[in-house]
Amino acid sequence: MATQSSRLAARLTLAPSVIVLFIWMIVPLALTIWFSFRIYRLLSPDRTGWAGFRNYVWFVNSPDFWLAISNTLLLVGGVLAITIVFGVLIALLIDQPVWGQGPLRILVISPFFVMPPVAASIWENLFMHPQNGMLASLALGVGLQPILFLENYPMSSVIFIVSWEWLPFATLILLTALQSLSSEQIEAAEMDGAGALSRFRYIVLPHLTRAITVVILIQTIFLLGIFGEIFTTTQGGPGSASTTLPYMIYKQAVIAKDIGRAAAGGIIAVILANIVAFFLMRSMGKNLDV
Amino acid sequence: MGKITLKSVRKAFGEVDVIPGIDLGIEDGEFVVFVGPSGCGKSTLLRLIAGLEDVTSGTITIDGKDMTELPPAQRGLAMVFQSYALYPHMSVRKNIAFPLKMAGVSPEEQERKVQAAAKVLNLGDYLDRRPGQLSGGQRQRVAIGRAIVREPKAFLFDEPLSNLDAALRVSMRQEISELHQNLKTTMIYVTHDQVEAMTMADKIVVLNAGRIEQVGSPMELYRSPANLFVAGFIGSPKMNLIEGAEAARHGAATIGIRPEHIDIGRGDWHGVVGLSEHLGSDTFLKVMADGLGTLTVRADGEVSIKAGDRIRMSPQPDKIHRFDKDGKALA
Ligand SMILES: Nc1ncnc2c1ncn2[C@@H]1O[C@H](COP(=O)(O)OP(=O)(O)OP(=O)(O)O)[C@@H](O)[C@H]1O
Ligand SMILES: [Mg+2]
Repeated sequence: MATQSSRLAARLTLAPSVIVLFIWMIVPLALTIWFSFRIYRLLSPDRTGWAGFRNYVWFVNSPDFWLAISNTLLLVGGVLAITIVFGVLIALLIDQPVWGQGPLRILVISPFFVMPPVAASIWENLFMHPQNGMLASLALGVGLQPILFLENYPMSSVIFIVSWEWLPFATLILLTALQSLSSEQIEAAEMDGAGALSRFRYIVLPHLTRAITVVILIQTIFLLGIFGEIFTTTQGGPGSASTTLPYMIYKQAVIAKDIGRAAAGGIIAVILANIVAFFLMRSMGKNLDV
Repeated sequence: MGKITLKSVRKAFGEVDVIPGIDLGIEDGEFVVFVGPSGCGKSTLLRLIAGLEDVTSGTITIDGKDMTELPPAQRGLAMVFQSYALYPHMSVRKNIAFPLKMAGVSPEEQERKVQAAAKVLNLGDYLDRRPGQLSGGQRQRVAIGRAIVREPKAFLFDEPLSNLDAALRVSMRQEISELHQNLKTTMIYVTHDQVEAMTMADKIVVLNAGRIEQVGSPMELYRSPANLFVAGFIGSPKMNLIEGAEAARHGAATIGIRPEHIDIGRGDWHGVVGLSEHLGSDTFLKVMADGLGTLTVRADGEVSIKAGDRIRMSPQPDKIHRFDKDGKALA
């Protein structure tokens, strides 16, 4: 693209897709911002008009708000930690030559293909259920009281279920990264006297940083919006113990039917996502440089 | 110290016997070169010595101690890989210091040894760069630096120069030879470049299909190849091999004569010159010799023979190699 005219041609031909993408993004955002400053309640349609910042003020002052923010961050952080630690370990394991490697890998990947509400239902009803669940009968089998997972440890349970869903994704990305590590480097380290742990710490882990960064960035995008698993299992409860920002917005929009407040919550969620993205890119962006 | 002895070392990958059984002694301080065609098992043999591959049977002793079952790190050998195998996320300094760090050497001592190695290898200006920011020759030096700081009993090189261009190869070849003269450590060097083998080795081991064809000093192999394979492999351009009536006249199934041992001008061999390659110092002529096939003949650099000329030649009688019908050299 050396000359003026070819650069212009490039811009012209790119323009339609850029414009479509821009509209695709800006229209919902603009509408949400618009609604967030309006009085817009489905239960009292006659009351309309400008709300100023009242929707925002209500949202931020509502008793669940800070809990929801911290739950959201806890969910994102917890799932990231679990999926990366176990993703690395499982990737290391299934990278070994074992009998039945192909089917084994498919099995490891398969949770990713289960839809979120289905995954949550499976865990809720087949495993964590205090009467019918497998974990309950295991506990009874050894003479213990069944643990009421969703009642007593709602956030941990949700984090666990979401981790189960996302672990395959992390494992897959980390496995491919692991396979691109040259075996000569490992052998060189072996000759240099590095034991298995040192090889992991000084050779394998640095090699995986870029893949880990990719996993963190992609998962964060999806985890900030986790909703289905909470809706299916705890409904944000008991009380508000497992309410996250997306769930709070859902309650305003669908249960309280207050579109203005829900939109304000949506904008707050966008701001939160940008703050998170800013810190992520600042701390890890350089890992993506070639 | 670095005396390495292999006793009936065998290596099979599954069904395939890559190395059917090798006996070899390498003396302390020797520069040994493994040569052979691609796929003959040179790298495998080197990796067996290094401990990166397990032997199927046989024993490997280093300085009298049986090392067959020991992991690579405990054998006290250092290896330089063909791909250099530098650690890409570490600076040159950290790369060279890595074996020391693993050995628990103090940071001051590490730095001292890194500086010493950098001085020997002219790497002083690059210590803070990453391997990705170095040229091929510089990377090769870093890989050697990483090997020498450990003060190993022996160095193992697997085709270390094959990724370099011709000029750099010549200079690195000399650097490695000088390094050997200064350190006087045993070195085992794998290559399929026979010029490298001839110029660097104290002892050449010619391998073919996992078997040792001949072991000897470069000049021994050049003067008296034990068989047709070695005769054809050592020497450049290759030895001319002649069968049929002319061979029978010398009482052999095959005779061999090197291009540099054929005199032009007189003699009872006649032929028409095909291609002539002028290298400056020498000229190599391809001659269609009557009843003998195509011969390569070395002539003087300034020779004025052209393609199409008819010439007479004679082999130097004491330089004729005779082989029996199994390819073994006849005395
Ligand atoms: N891990 C392995 N599994 C099965 N066969 C192998 C393995 N490694 C090497 N081989 C086989 O062993 C033979 C010798 O291989 P090796 O790498 O030692 O050859 P080489 O002499 O170093 O050749 P080159 O000059 O091309 O490097 C080859 O036929 C190769 O296919
Ligand atoms: Mg090889």
